[in-house]
Formats: sequence, C-alpha cells, structure tokens
Amino acid sequence: MLTERPTEDKAQEKSGADWLIETLDELGVEFVFGYPGGAVLPIYDALFRQERIRHILVRQEGGAVHAAEGYARSTGRPGVVLVTSGPGATNAVTGITDAWLDSIPLVILTGQVPTSLIGTDAFQECDTVGITRHCSKHNYLVRHPAEVAATIREAFHLATSGRPGPVVVDLPKNVQVASAPADTVPDRIAHRGYRPAGAPASADIDSAIEMLAAATRPVFYTGGGIINAGPEASRLLRELAALTGAPVTSTLMGLGAFPASSPQWLGMLGMHGTYEANMAMNRADLIVCIGARFDDRVTGRLDAFSPGSMKIHIDVDRSSINKNVRVDLPIVADAGQALAALIETWRARGKTAGNLSHWWTMIEGWRAKKSLSYPASRAEIMPQAAIRRLWEMTRERHPIISTEVGQHQMWAAQHFDFEDPNKWLTSGGLGTMGYGLPAAIGAQLGDPEALVIDIAGEASIQMNIQEMATAVQYRLPVKVFILNNEYMGMVRQWQELTYASRYSESYSAALPDFVRLAEAYGWKGIRIERPEDLDAGIGEMLDYAGPVMVDCRVAKLANCFPMIPSGAAHTEMILQANEVSGEMDDEAKALV
Amino acid sequence: MHLPPEAAERHTLSVIVDNEAGILARVAGLFSSRGYNIESLTVADVSGDSALSRITIVTSGSPHVIEQIIAQLERLVPVHKVTDLTAYGPHVERELALVKVAGTGEHRIEAMRLADIYRARVLDATTGSFVFEITGSSDKLDTFIALMREVGLVEVARTGVVAIARGKDAV
Ligand SMILES: Cc1cc2nc3c(=O)[nH]c(=O)nc-3n(C[C@H](O)[C@H](O)[C@H](O)COP(=O)(O)OP(=O)(O)OC[C@H]3O[C@@H](n4cnc5c(N)ncnc54)[C@H](O)[C@@H]3O)c2cc1C
Ligand SMILES: Cc1ncc(C[n+]2csc(CCOP(=O)(O)OP(=O)(O)O)c2C)c(N)n1
Ligand SMILES: [Mg+2]
Repeated sequence: MLTERPTEDKAQEKSGADWLIETLDELGVEFVFGYPGGAVLPIYDALFRQERIRHILVRQEGGAVHAAEGYARSTGRPGVVLVTSGPGATNAVTGITDAWLDSIPLVILTGQVPTSLIGTDAFQECDTVGITRHCSKHNYLVRHPAEVAATIREAFHLATSGRPGPVVVDLPKNVQVASAPADTVPDRIAHRGYRPAGAPASADIDSAIEMLAAATRPVFYTGGGIINAGPEASRLLRELAALTGAPVTSTLMGLGAFPASSPQWLGMLGMHGTYEANMAMNRADLIVCIGARFDDRVTGRLDAFSPGSMKIHIDVDRSSINKNVRVDLPIVADAGQALAALIETWRARGKTAGNLSHWWTMIEGWRAKKSLSYPASRAEIMPQAAIRRLWEMTRERHPIISTEVGQHQMWAAQHFDFEDPNKWLTSGGLGTMGYGLPAAIGAQLGDPEALVIDIAGEASIQMNIQEMATAVQYRLPVKVFILNNEYMGMVRQWQELTYASRYSESYSAALPDFVRLAEAYGWKGIRIERPEDLDAGIGEMLDYAGPVMVDCRVAKLANCFPMIPSGAAHTEMILQANEVSGEMDDEAKALV
Repeated sequence: MHLPPEAAERHTLSVIVDNEAGILARVAGLFSSRGYNIESLTVADVSGDSALSRITIVTSGSPHVIEQIIAQLERLVPVHKVTDLTAYGPHVERELALVKVAGTGEHRIEAMRLADIYRARVLDATTGSFVFEITGSSDKLDTFIALMREVGLVEVARTGVVAIARGKDAV
C-alpha cells in the first residue's frame, strides 16, 4: 500500500475511505446520494460500518446528482454524490454540468482505478478529472490518503462559497484502502488565490443609492443569486423593494425570492415572461440586477435590450458582469451583503421612495393585457388551468415544486405562484429533461414533512423514470403530476412557429400506461381526462399518503405564451398563437 | 446565411497560478472551451519552491472578449492574479527561437551575415548547417525566420512570448 508504517503506528492510522467518511460526518453531511461499484467498494464498506450518514441508493447515477441538486436547492446545504469510476462517473456528468450552469453547491465523489493503473485503459477507467474539468467549479485527483480529509474540506468550501457550484473529488481505489496517520493530514490544501467576493465597496453602494433615489422608472431584475445567497437575502430584497416602491421581476431561477402576491411583483421576465415584466425592462430608466446573469432567454436581442436604462449589476462572480450586457455600475459582492448595505445606506441618507406613480400607471397598462391568459376549453383540460388549480389546491401547504423541462416547466413558472425561496427546483441553464423526479426525491429527504410535487411532461419523466423505485425504497411520498400532451410540446411548439408545423420526431409515441406503470412500482396511479375531473384527481393525489403519479391528459396542441421569439426584442413579444405563422429565416433558425 | 467576421486586438496576459497538477489543462482548456484564441502560451515555475507558476498568454479578441477572458481566468480556483500587460502599459516582451539553416556557398555566407545583423548567436555549426539562437520581439523573429527561408531554413523552434512590466513594481 502507499504508506508503509511500523505496526505499532497502525492504531492511529485510518484508511482513505475512513478519512472520507469521518470528514463528511464532521462537515455535517446527512445524506449521500450514490450508486456502488468496484472502484468505490472501500468507501461503501466504510459507510456500512457507521450509522450517522445515510446513503440513498438511486437507480442511475444521473438520478443521484439531480437528487443532490434538489436537496441542495431546497435546503441550502450542499448535496453529496458518490459514484463509481468509469460509467458511474460519466453517468454523473449531465447532472454535474446542470449544477454548474445553475450554480448549485455539490460535492461529487467518484471512484477511480488505482493510481498505478491510471492511464493504462484499465477496467472502468475514464479521465474523470479531464471530463469534468470544464463543467465543475474545481476538481481534484487525490493521490494520497493523507490528503483526503483536507481535500474534502476544501471541496465543501469551494462548492458552497462565492458562486456555488459542483466540485468533483476523484478517489483512486488504492487511496481509499491505504492508510495515513492522523498527524500527517494537513488541515487544508489552501488555494490562496481563491477569495470569493463578500461585502460591496461602500462607494459603489453610495452611487447605487443615488441612482435608485433619482430613478423615475426603476426595476429590480433578480435571479438565482438571491436564492444562492440564502433566505435572508430574499427577506432583504422584500425590504428594499418596500423602501423604494420599485417593481420586481425575476428570472426563472430566482422565483420565490420575491412573493408573487406582492403588488410590486411583475412576474417572470424573459422569453416566456410576462408582458409587463419585459416592457418594464424595455422602458426602465434604471435596472438593478441582483444575482442574475443576463442570460439569452432573458435579454432577447441584445442590441434592443433595455436601451434607455442605466444598469447596476450586483453579482458575486465578476465574470457574470459585462458578459452579455454592459452595465454602468458593476458591484462584485454577495447579494445578501449588498442588499443589507443598500438598505442601510438608503436609511442613513434619509431617502424616501420617489413618486413612481407615472411608472406604475404605465405598468398597469401593460398588466391590463393579461399576457398569461389562455384560451379556455370545456372539452379539454388546458395545461395552464391544471397548474393553476394545482396551485390553488396546494398553496396553503407551501409546496416544493420541481419540474422537468419543456412547456409544462414554463407553464409552472407562469401559473404557479411562489411566496418563498427554496420552493422552486428547476433546471434552467442546461435545461435537463429528467431533472424533476430525482430533484423531488432529494427535496423530500431534506424536508420529510413537505408536500413535494414534480410538474412533469410525459416525455421528460421517462428520462429518469427509474427513480420511482428510489422513492419507494425510502418511503418518500413525492407526487409526479404529468401534463400529458403526447408531444415533446416545447419542441413541437418551436416546429410550429419556426418550421411550418413540420413535426419531425416530436410526437411521444408508444407511451406507457402511466397509471399501471405507477402501480408496477408500488405507487398510486391516477388518470385525469376531463376538465370536470381535475379537482377530484388533484384531491385524490393530495389525500394519498404515499407517492402518486398523475397522468393528466391535457390539450395536445396548446402553446406556451407569451413568448419572445429567439433573437427578438422584448417589445416584439408574441402574446397569442394567431400572431405567428409560417417559417422563419436562417438567422432565426440558427438561434437557440 | 453567412457568419460575420469578428474584430480582434492582441493582448499579452500574465497569469500567476498555483503550480499544481492539471493547471495547464485548466487554463488552456478554458480558452478552447469558451472559444478564445491563443497565439502563444508559456509556463514555468517562478517561485523557487515550485509553489507558483507564471503563465504568459498572448491572445486576441475584441475588448469585450479580452475582459471576459480575464474574468474567466480569475474565476479558476488555482489562479492568483491575472494582469493584462497590454492594458497595464509599458512592458517588455521577448521570445526566443532556435533556427536551423542548411546550405553551402553564397547561402551560407548570407545566412551568417543576416544572423549578424539580427544579433542571432550561433549555437551549433557543421560544414553544411547552422543553428541560430535569436531573441527579441515576435515581429523580429518573424522577419528573421522569413529571411532564413530564402537561404535554406530547415526547422524552427520558438518559445512563445514571455513578458514583464517595466519599472520597479511587480504586477
Ligand atoms: C425551456 C426553457 C425556457 C426558459 N425560459 C426562460 C425565461 O423565459 N425567463 C428566464 O428568466 N429564464 C428562462 N430559462 C432559464 C434560463 O435558461 C437561465 O437558466 C436563467 O435565466 C438564468 O437565471 P439567472 O440569471 O437568475 O442566473 P443563475 O443561473 O441562477 O445564476 C445566478 C447568478 O447569480 C450569481 N450569484 C450566485 N450566488 C450569488 C450570491 N451569493 N450573491 C450574488 N450573486 C450571486 C452568479 O454568479 C450568477 O451570475 C429557460 C430555461 C429553459 C430550460
Ligand atoms: C436531455 C434533454 N434532451 C433534449 C432536450 C430538448 N427538449 C427540450 S423540451 C423537450 C420536450 C419535452 O417534452 P415533455 O417532457 O413532454 O414536455 P412538454 O414540452 O410537452 O410539456 C425536449 C426534447 C432537453 N431539454 N433535454
Ligand atoms: Mg409533453
């Protein structure tokens, strides 16, 4: 083995695997989401010999990472994943990339072939560090058991501080087995150059306050960074909004940071955001962006994005600032600390909310368009109506909602109202179908009492359907509410709008009978087919103590509006289907 | 549909990094994964105790892209500091090339004469060849190598640019 020591020392020594478990325990890890294999057997044996850390056995490694993401996003604590080398690690890559794009704190532990075999194309060898280098915040190959504890500590520090993200720790099997004595374990492998931003510069805060106080058409444009900054940041955002009287919009990732019930709430902005949110962004004289990254789903055509506004951008990651949109006042700081400083300075300078009544009149005019309205139907269940009823029937219980990816995801963002942070789990940056069910499982573990619902599409749910068994094994009463339109609806919608309705491969053929599938897994299955049965079906789902899958048959060809077509300006929003037709030109087709 | 050309300016960046396994792949890979250009990249330990390396990167891009490159580099955990020497101001840049030329008669004499003018040193000589060492700006090396093509260039090895700010301060 790696370290040869005289036998009398052996008592104080621990194996790399034991160091790992001990360090995870010391860091307060409750759950490890994982799947065993040859290259992690020593770690699984160490897990077996202890009782404090609970291992959650998923059915595919991709599920483990999404479950860890759901746990992390809903609890604010880092999620931990354990997978074997080779296929275990590669199956985890989609989830790691998902966490990278959505800034979710994860520590992913991967087994690796013994150090002596690295590079020999050994059984189940893959270059995990190479593969994950550009989809993780940082990664390590641990070469000695004495480095395990320090590496794990630093991995958690990196995953959770600054802009959070996934950190991968690759552990060769011989490093797990070999032992190292306690006194050789260095405390922390210090990357001295890593200094995440914290408090804002006070001069910047002063400038921001003057700009806010002087603005006549201000908007807060908030994002996932507020959720990352913790619940206190959401509270401070509410306070600052109340002080300034300015309207608030949020990205998909920031939903819940500001209460949807507030009259100052404009709804989500961006491609499928509300008319009032996008128009307010377009006509604003000041945009205060907090913890959002000017994503292309949000800005639309860049040269037409909010042309007349001054822009303040508060972000913990300097690389998010001036990446897509140039701003006038960049503030590299933690959202929570910046918000606290803004509030303090606002008060200290005796500022009061300006007269924004003209601005609000304009906004009310846009609101009056009721951009989220949709055609009613008596014959079919409209997907938007199903989500609205789901919200109305569950809102008292402050549910945690996860989603898959597609139209149902956007309808959930539009028609389900959130009052609090950490209740909305969705894959925004990567847009990973199959995220929702495992994320719901992770969230349910984090809060066993919570009502956790995955709002799903019939296509997406099949991407990680195997995790139904995980829910059964751990008695997790998650609900999966499928808006079954028999199409990859989001793809079909784009084909309708961009390719003259040539529905190439977007029909969900050969669907399983989801009710019988549910029953086969030991879940309850419910089918809802008619509008008049919707309430009863949702009620039955909520009354059942265990996991439930609802196959809600919805209008097949409904489209998600409003919509800003790719590459269009905020003012070129399509409100209803009859405003579009035909085929787009190549420039439009080349956009994502 | 045609893709439009993009405007670019040349910048020399100095990057101080923890000298650890994979750091070069991390930095070089950042450029390829985000579609940035690398004209040259040099790296060596500069700390004496193998703790820190200095990477000099010559890249090109629009001012906006250069700003993003710097921010993205700084975001890497093992990166301590990134300095844009081109924006910083007065600095010196040097590159070294080893240039092999083969030939006899007039060509050989001309190669020797040019080497003298360009202050290239002879590192190796046979009756039919020279290896010159030449140091200077990349432009000077380019010109010298172009001249050598006419008198029997065989092969070239170049270090890529290293650069440092003028004056007494460290960047
Ligand atoms: C089908 C589909 C449609 C979509 N349509 C829309 C849409 O219409 N509208 C929309 O908004 N999105 C939409 N999205 C999501 C979109 O792709 C992006 O994921 C999302 O807009 C990014 O959200 P964000 O800007 O809040 O950034 P996030 O990805 O949440 O990034 C957070 C930002 O905050 C910063 N940050 C992190 N922590 C802190 C901290 N503590 N303090 C300060 N800053 C911090 C980070 O550095 C980063 O810049 C869609 C996605 C899909 C899949
Ligand atoms: C893993 C993955 N593959 C492909 C896509 C592209 N994609 C985006 S939405 C979508 C269709 C989703 O269909 P469904 O789950 O039925 O949801 P709907 O849009 O019908 O509500 C597809 C294929 C994706 N986002 N993720
Ligand atoms: Mg569908």
